[in-house]
Amino acid sequence: MHSTVDLSRVEFAPATGLLASVWLLVAIPLASAAVLLLLGRRADKWGHWLGVASVAASFVLGLAMFFQLRGLDNKSVELSMWDFIAVGDLKVDFGLLYDPLAAVFVLLITGVGSLIHLYATGYMAHDPGRRRFFGYFNLFVAAMLVLVLGNNYVMLYLGWEGVGLASYLLISFWYLKPSAATAGKKAFLMNRVGDAGFAIAIFMMFALLGTTQYDEVFNGVGAVGQSAILAMGLLLLLGACGKSGQFPLQAWLPDAMEGPTPVSALIHAATMVTAGVYLIARSNPIFSANSTLQLVVVSVGALTLLIGCVIGAAKDDIKRVLAWSTVSQIGYMFVGVGLGGAAYALAIVHLLAHGFFKANMFLGAGSVMHAMNDQVDIRRFGGLSKHMKITWLTFGTGWLAILGLFPFSGFFSKEPIIVAAFTGEGWQPWVFGTATLLGAGLTAFYMTRLFVLTFHGPARWTEDVKHPHESPPVMTIPLILLALGSIASGYLIATTVPGWLESTLGPNEQGHSVLSHGVLTFLATAVTVGGAVLAWALFRNGTALTEQPAGPLVTAARRNLYTDAFNEAVFEKPGIFLTRALVWLDNRGIDGLVNGLAAGVGGGSGRLRRLQTGFVRSYAVSILTGSLLIVAAFLATQMGWLA
Amino acid sequence: MKSADFPFLSLLTLLPLVGALVVALVPRAKGELAKVLALVWSLGVFVLTVIAWFAFDAGGDRFQFRESYAWIPQWGVSFTFAADGIALVMLALIGLLVPLVILASWHDAEKSKRSVPAYFALLLALESSMIGVFAAADIFLFYVFFEVMLIPMYFLIGSYGDASGQGRKRQYAAVKFFLYSLVGGLFMLAAVVGLWVVGGKTFDWQTLSQIDISDGTERWLFLGFFIAFAVKAPFFPFHTWLPDAGGAAPAGAAALLVGVMDKVGTFGILRYCLPLFPDATRWFAPYAIALALIGVIYAALVAIGQNDLKRLVSYTSIAHFGFIGIGIFAFTTQAGTGAVLYMVNHGLATGLLFLVVGMFVARRGSALVSDFGGAGKLLPVAAAMLFFAGLASLALPGTAPFVSEFLVLVGVYTVNKAVAVIATIGIILAAAYVLWMVQRTVQGTPNPALDDVPAMRRDLNLREKVVVAPLVAALVFFGFYPKPITDVINPAVQATMADVGKTDPAPTAVHAEVSQ
Repeated sequence: MHSTVDLSRVEFAPATGLLASVWLLVAIPLASAAVLLLLGRRADKWGHWLGVASVAASFVLGLAMFFQLRGLDNKSVELSMWDFIAVGDLKVDFGLLYDPLAAVFVLLITGVGSLIHLYATGYMAHDPGRRRFFGYFNLFVAAMLVLVLGNNYVMLYLGWEGVGLASYLLISFWYLKPSAATAGKKAFLMNRVGDAGFAIAIFMMFALLGTTQYDEVFNGVGAVGQSAILAMGLLLLLGACGKSGQFPLQAWLPDAMEGPTPVSALIHAATMVTAGVYLIARSNPIFSANSTLQLVVVSVGALTLLIGCVIGAAKDDIKRVLAWSTVSQIGYMFVGVGLGGAAYALAIVHLLAHGFFKANMFLGAGSVMHAMNDQVDIRRFGGLSKHMKITWLTFGTGWLAILGLFPFSGFFSKEPIIVAAFTGEGWQPWVFGTATLLGAGLTAFYMTRLFVLTFHGPARWTEDVKHPHESPPVMTIPLILLALGSIASGYLIATTVPGWLESTLGPNEQGHSVLSHGVLTFLATAVTVGGAVLAWALFRNGTALTEQPAGPLVTAARRNLYTDAFNEAVFEKPGIFLTRALVWLDNRGIDGLVNGLAAGVGGGSGRLRRLQTGFVRSYAVSILTGSLLIVAAFLATQMGWLA
Repeated sequence: MKSADFPFLSLLTLLPLVGALVVALVPRAKGELAKVLALVWSLGVFVLTVIAWFAFDAGGDRFQFRESYAWIPQWGVSFTFAADGIALVMLALIGLLVPLVILASWHDAEKSKRSVPAYFALLLALESSMIGVFAAADIFLFYVFFEVMLIPMYFLIGSYGDASGQGRKRQYAAVKFFLYSLVGGLFMLAAVVGLWVVGGKTFDWQTLSQIDISDGTERWLFLGFFIAFAVKAPFFPFHTWLPDAGGAAPAGAAALLVGVMDKVGTFGILRYCLPLFPDATRWFAPYAIALALIGVIYAALVAIGQNDLKRLVSYTSIAHFGFIGIGIFAFTTQAGTGAVLYMVNHGLATGLLFLVVGMFVARRGSALVSDFGGAGKLLPVAAAMLFFAGLASLALPGTAPFVSEFLVLVGVYTVNKAVAVIATIGIILAAAYVLWMVQRTVQGTPNPALDDVPAMRRDLNLREKVVVAPLVAALVFFGFYPKPITDVINPAVQATMADVGKTDPAPTAVHAEVSQ
């Protein structure tokens, strides 16, 4: 160390006062989950209200703590609870870190979470498994809070796997449905591939730095060589790609729509799938230390945002369009955290704004499905604006927000990322900037298609749908609140959050973009309006009711760009073949070989076969007697030899 | 009398043996009396184990509760007992598991139409020999217990096991189990006698751990012990007896076979191979790690392809023993402590998995995965327990096995990156075999054949809930707070690593900074 005071040094203060009870944020929903799952049917009548109340209580507490934190000089406070794993030089603290980044995530998770929990009391009202649903839902909130509140990578991993478990349980909530069971398993397995990468990154931290605590890792990054930083970062990125549905681990997320719609809104749109963005933002000292690493993150984000748009434009299932849209929007966030510097905060701003408007639209989709006998095919919707005014208007604000038109939230959150992508030197700003701009146009196209086919144009309902009804207030009130958030949150978040996050994510200094800010605003607005107008013109009169023949690009998009086919051909089928071959080998080859050896030692290879035909016990006893005799003889010789 | 002078180990070994004799004397018609007696007796053993746990001073001597009685003084054979932290945690595991297994096996003996009291007497006799093998500090005594342990298990499998195919399956499995262990044991016997010769005619562990042996002899002796333990653990390619034995044994006996008895193999490596033959251990380590690593991947892949629940669980255990193996032979504090913790946690998790699988098999009358399907609809609580045991088995964070798997992998990574990375693939495969098993058994479209089986409509009863509850509670508690166990294990592991002459590597980046 050259200077005695190092400003970039990460230091956490001990939590005092109200903040010393930060553990309650996790404990309240966890206790509720335990009650709901252990009491069983006895809690059926009131369980869902306990579920809502526990998340709401965490939100109120989180709000109080947020204001407490604002008053502190060192806005990073730590609470060590007990030694989680303490063996040799490895000391993993069971501890929490409450800092500006964690604080905004707590508010998002519990705030949006409360609204979605409330909505779910109505959505799941007639499901016999409602109590179990709320048990899993609360378990998810608790695990997600551990994920964002942990003060080291092992705690992050604990929460990471916890949300993975909750996600699995909720995707396969209707577990007797084979497609739901398969989708849950697929999500868990693809995530485990990413998790393995994440785990190895943690092993690296310990081998290199002897610690997994955030402060010690971040302060030690300077001593780590560039190739090790790159390897560690790529492994973390693999984990992030799994959780956040980014290329090449994106295929599970659309299938996850098998779960009830509130699950899609909370877990697979607003919170859990953004955990990868959190991981990279949290690890900003690691990612900022290697420019190749950052380039890979931006590339993954840019590629995924385009993949999501292209596939989303070809889908006819309302939830899957929204799912691919989520994949694409998280791509924008990855571009942000990949660019680093001031763009870290921009990614978090977009993450928060997206949390509102995407939850809003997923819940709107659930409201539409309720009206349409649980159908999801947008080709069989149409004209619903007249029948479901609240759903229509609230979904409309979400639609305008994701398009990014002034004054809706996307304008304040997405456009800055486009500007940031156009910032830098060489070919990169042109490639990544163009990708984000193209994505904006495509987003406008597929979201407008979705909106128009669902709410406008002629009604193309199936015969069993007679009178679509608006949903009950318990569902529409969360919709209205989230819609208000989709309008108001953008400006508010974009002006306050980047400054608030400076102590965690570094100074908030923008570079100069290769095109001026005004030109980029104009271009972004132009491609957005262009995409929207095109979609409106194409689909205002409805669409064909069944799948029509199409060109190679549309066909490929309908088949998820053949990524599922690739996975099946390269991993699944050879994997199953390998498994079968090894079972055969184990039963024949290895067993036969070792049996032969054993029988040879026992005397005569035919003996083992004869054993099966009877006299087993007498044989066993004779072996025992024989071996005891050998022992005795051996010792007797030794004795004689001694004497 | 100081608590440390109390003869815990000889009492712990004798108590269940006396219990076995008492239960065996109960008339065949009074099966219920035998069950209650066996349960109460095993609970008494458990209480004594708990007292011993608290009497053990984790910061004190490596070996405690030492007792020694003359047996065959001319040969240097004695009844010497002593426990280090590693043995203590295994004794605690036995103490906890046996009462639960007895309770879980309440009706298992009746199906065999054989003597009910004899079944429970065998379980207690097994407990006695298992305690003895972990408590022995005389190598000859250890060998005797090592072989005696086979007899009750042989009869539990051969007489009370799966009766399909006119009992051929269980008899084949029992003989195979017996022969494999016996042949492995003979290798050890040769090495034991060899050690006695080179070590100055004594079987005392303390004395033998101090002697110098020439390289060539040491390697042969190591190999003798190692083969016996590799068959017992079992390591690839000596594993094929386990799926047969685990598949044919009654669920309770299988839980003890895989949960405790197989740990004698890994325990033996830690207690005998490493401290007695340190040079040979280091020489053989790469080969042992290779076998263990193959086991991690190979057994997991074979487990994915199984259609028999009990065989599937047996294969998952072989994969888990692979993790324990790489942990032992990495020679770091984290990996070694992780390996021993793995032995305990695997006993809890796989014990629970075997017992819950047994509850399914008892209802369905079949262990075939394809005979189930959608069973969660009829048995929601049992399905939840199967799922939980599966999660513990795949080492999900928040359950105890995560801590041990993490310690093993992180410890191995510090000395051998490639091995740790390949073994980490095992955690993906673990998710595959557990989730696919769960999907085919309790999820999906309900199998219509299940409606014709009346027992499938009865979810877990109070007795079965009492069996699973302590294991679930322990798996969650130690998943968040493993310190009570690691604090006991750690000094013994560090002493073992010192025996092998290995120290933990320093963090490389920090080290580079300091040296600049």
